[in-house]
Amino acid sequence: MAVIRDVMPAFDLLQPSSAADAQKLLQQHGEEAWVMAGGLDSFDWLKDRIKKPKVLVDLSGIDELKGIRTTGDGLEIGAMTTLTEIANHPVIKAQYGVLSDAVSVIASPQIRNQGTLGGNVSQDARCWYYRGGWPCYRAGGNICYADTPVGRNREHAIFGANRCVAVHPSDAAPALIALDAKFVIQTPKGERTVDAEDYFLGPEIDITHLNILQSGDLLTAIRIPSAWSGAKFYFEKVRDRNVWDFALMNVASAMVVLGGNIDRIRIAVSAVAPKPMRLKAVEDAVHGKPADATTGAMAGNLAVQGAVPLQFNAYKIPLMRNLVKRAIGGVQEATWTS
Amino acid sequence: MLENGRKEASKPGGKDRQYGAGYKLIGKNYPTNDLLAKVTGKAKYAEDFRAEGMLFCRLVLSPVPHARIKSVHLDDALAIPGVKAILTADDIPAPADSLNDNGTVIKASKWGERALTNEPVYMGDPILAVAAVDELTCAEAIEKIRIDFEHLPFVIDPLESLRPGGPNAREDGNVWVRPEPPNPPIPQLTEVKWTEQDFAEYDQGRLPMGHAPDEWSLGDIDAGFKNAALILDETFITPDVSHQCLEPRTAMAYWQNGKLFLHSGTQSTFQTKPAIAKWMNMDVDKIVFISEYTGGGFGSKITGGLTMIIPALLSKKLNAPVMMRISREEEHCIGRARPSLAGRMKIGFAKDGRITAIDMFTVCNSGAYDAQGDGASAARIVSLLYQPPAMRQRAISVMTNTPPRSAQSAPGGMQGIAIIEPILSKAARKLGVDQVALRRVNCPEGKAEFGAAVKGKRGHTTSCFLKEALDRGAAQFNWQEKAARQPKRIGTKARGVGVSLSCYVGGTVGFDGLLVITPQGRVQFQSGIGNLGTESVIDVHRAGAEALGVPWEVCDVVWGDTSKHLPYTCASGGSQTTHAMSRASFAVANECKQKLKEIAAKSLGGKPEDYEVANQRVFRKGGGAGLSFAQAAQRAIQLGGIYDGHDVTPDVNKQTKASVANLAGQGLVVSAKDKYPHDGQTFSYVASFAEVEVDVETGKYHILDFLAYADVGTVMHPAALGGQILGRTTLGIAHAIGQKWVYDPHYGVPVAKRFYQNRPPTILDVPVDMQWEALDIPDPETPVGARGVGEPPVGGGCAAILNALSDAVGDEIFRRAPVNSDTILTSLEARRPMQHPLMAHI
Repeated sequence: MAVIRDVMPAFDLLQPSSAADAQKLLQQHGEEAWVMAGGLDSFDWLKDRIKKPKVLVDLSGIDELKGIRTTGDGLEIGAMTTLTEIANHPVIKAQYGVLSDAVSVIASPQIRNQGTLGGNVSQDARCWYYRGGWPCYRAGGNICYADTPVGRNREHAIFGANRCVAVHPSDAAPALIALDAKFVIQTPKGERTVDAEDYFLGPEIDITHLNILQSGDLLTAIRIPSAWSGAKFYFEKVRDRNVWDFALMNVASAMVVLGGNIDRIRIAVSAVAPKPMRLKAVEDAVHGKPADATTGAMAGNLAVQGAVPLQFNAYKIPLMRNLVKRAIGGVQEATWTS
Repeated sequence: MLENGRKEASKPGGKDRQYGAGYKLIGKNYPTNDLLAKVTGKAKYAEDFRAEGMLFCRLVLSPVPHARIKSVHLDDALAIPGVKAILTADDIPAPADSLNDNGTVIKASKWGERALTNEPVYMGDPILAVAAVDELTCAEAIEKIRIDFEHLPFVIDPLESLRPGGPNAREDGNVWVRPEPPNPPIPQLTEVKWTEQDFAEYDQGRLPMGHAPDEWSLGDIDAGFKNAALILDETFITPDVSHQCLEPRTAMAYWQNGKLFLHSGTQSTFQTKPAIAKWMNMDVDKIVFISEYTGGGFGSKITGGLTMIIPALLSKKLNAPVMMRISREEEHCIGRARPSLAGRMKIGFAKDGRITAIDMFTVCNSGAYDAQGDGASAARIVSLLYQPPAMRQRAISVMTNTPPRSAQSAPGGMQGIAIIEPILSKAARKLGVDQVALRRVNCPEGKAEFGAAVKGKRGHTTSCFLKEALDRGAAQFNWQEKAARQPKRIGTKARGVGVSLSCYVGGTVGFDGLLVITPQGRVQFQSGIGNLGTESVIDVHRAGAEALGVPWEVCDVVWGDTSKHLPYTCASGGSQTTHAMSRASFAVANECKQKLKEIAAKSLGGKPEDYEVANQRVFRKGGGAGLSFAQAAQRAIQLGGIYDGHDVTPDVNKQTKASVANLAGQGLVVSAKDKYPHDGQTFSYVASFAEVEVDVETGKYHILDFLAYADVGTVMHPAALGGQILGRTTLGIAHAIGQKWVYDPHYGVPVAKRFYQNRPPTILDVPVDMQWEALDIPDPETPVGARGVGEPPVGGGCAAILNALSDAVGDEIFRRAPVNSDTILTSLEARRPMQHPLMAHI
């Protein structure tokens, strides 16, 4: 049958005003419901008519899912808090700067005004074959179009490929992993809290979903524990354009340095694999070592061990090596006077 | 600081510069007549119009790169309530032959593009159009249509098509040739295959050079290379880049009393009407074309878009207005693109950097449908801009199953400059010559010659002051200081500076001006120019107002609707408008002065030459009796004949005559043809300077500084000129920094069809205090002195960035544009160019 894009299909629009109502609706409609946060990911799918849900549950009217609260142990960020609010929040900037740094380079100012943290971490893959409606593994088919001898895979994975080679697109995700954030999910069986890195799924577990949300689940908040408050942070995103671009790669780290040596560290990299990668081996290897360029170089080399490049993305290996190096040893900045 | 956080330009020649010495209007800034509507959102583009009972239509595009439609099954779609009609290729009129301005018949090409097709030749080729009460119904109907295809061979890469046994984009050929006269001048499709031997150097990343149908040479090339101190032979590839106008080619149509009313964006209001007549195969007088505002053209809408006839045909069929909105993805397919050029150039240099010979070869990816001459155009621009004493050019234009190409700002010029400039930079480094100095010794000047000799004679320019722009630009950019800075690399950052020459055509002659002085004393200029964002639609009439000596406040400009009686006007392509139509406006203003004097003499006695025109009056020289413009217009109506448009000067075009007749009786109606002398071909020139900083650990780079210094003749309107210079420079920069296509060659379809995937540059990708400046030296071959500017800055935008990059990270990093992190990082890592330059679209 012929294909047409850019005409949103009809659906029932449901706009609950409380999380409880939202969850009730999600349970009621099950697989037929589409959850929409800021809409930046949803509208692409809908307008392209690739996804045609019967009902759309719009979370934008639920005030209890918005805002940033201090808790006994750090912060709780409502899933529907806008990226702009997070980027500008004084406590996040002062104490958890890796998150504000990450969020402030997501997409564009307009998208950050509309996009939410919950939406950013729950968005779908941006592989251009998958988003173009090709019937690939991730779309339920039985082929990966990007991983062929001539497939266009410049932006795809060097780790964690399992039939699908798409990467995770979120910039916030690695920062949240570095901060050891906890994701709060309302499920039909009650509230469940998971570690940030456990929220994301690789294709070996579920090739059609990037996260653990099941039908009827609702991500309500993300908690930032105080354990990493004021740590030494690093975030860097490399992208083709200076704005409105997904990452070619990003890195986030939180590090506590005592007497010049690394006492504690968490480090994550994204856009290298189908899920954001926490680099546990690197964390273990640099523990107790000086937070300097030598340790950084060692960490960078370790980080890329086992990387498997595709036809057009071999640059991601030196890129990851260098970003991990910088996250630990810092950047050697230039000092031109003119 | 300004409110938006941008720095005021503080460099010499910045915002304090005054233009148009001795003029009251020319060279001064003013709010254009369309400004308020644009900034308040009241401006109506084609999509903003509505008509009673309006239906919508949407296109069905080919999902495959090449096929023949065996059958279409429309019954299920037509059964959906609200579906009104489905247009097929069989409903499209055969295109008419057309007449050019000399009266020569141009036969319609049998390979020419039609609005809908039964043999799609690229993914995205429109096959059907569905009309319904709304777009949702259209979409639901489209998803019920089944099409059976017979799949045909396809090819995306022109070099693959040239290989022995390689596929052809069409069954009857793959290469365009232009037959010699007296054969018809339209290009013919033929088959060309090269030999395995021709491809021997392909694996080394060197462009194969087999038989090329288009060739010319000048001077003694062998001697040029023999006498060279340095010879470089390099391959460089420029990208296919879609125009990606912000306004897609949406169109709305309805019929009244047998007349077609059509709304759509265009670059050229007047010239689009005959194009519609050709596509519809109907009488030009039965067409009213409305185009008040156009959201960008850049060569993709010179006469609008062919698909605009689809709503016109559906409207006729359904007897109701039909709106056809074009989505971003559809615009990517049908919205035109610049062809890539795979170029190879061998250049000989003397010790001081002077070019002794150029041997240039280009392969043009011409896309589906029409032949593109970007290769030949690239050679012509190279021959002008670098003045080689000996040169050979060979070009081949290959059809592929990719979207149709068209002119895009500096077609060929942009690619030629992007191919040669990195070689010049490399040569300067090898010879130890300063980059600006190397360009200076090769720079054209005055009545510079270009191209091949025709009947023993080469063409020449009207004027060229590019050396002066280069010198002044180098001073303003602090070139010497920046180029001398050492070291180039500190820590993880490497900085580099680049300079490029740039030029393109900038004007034509021979069009008409038309104005009315109303009985209220207002001066009304009829403008047939498209309102495509350059402001030439308004700006050129400042020349007429200046000549008449009237304040701008008493002037009106009528534009955007062919029923409003427009004069014969140039197409806004080839950056000709400011030159061509400032001449026509100047001509009609001077003719108007003469008519005013004649009216005064008839009314007040004496001879016309006893009178002069000033202060909105015509009066006896030295004071005395006179008439206001209002009185003169009233007298014109009484006098009739040649004065109020009941009669017309025989000089002007027949379309102008028709417009004069329609305006008859409304006041003093004056028309005139531009007959001013003009020796040479008009070009404009730019010297472009860039500084970049590369992060050698990520490959990411930023543009720190940019200056474009222009030689465009008299500055007409500084704000509009600056917008053009910086805007078109940014278009060129886009080719260097990332705007591109991504094609899967196995399936023959594009995978990057949205802005976030094609990556046109954003405002944050260029420096916040990007600079422009202009010499403001009048061109001696045109009375107002103004030349066009749209296209000349583009090549310099691309090449200055490429040159700055190679200054920062070395010559052996990239051999293809765009250049991004992946290219830089892998090549730095391997210490040699890692990307195969001939593998495109990744």
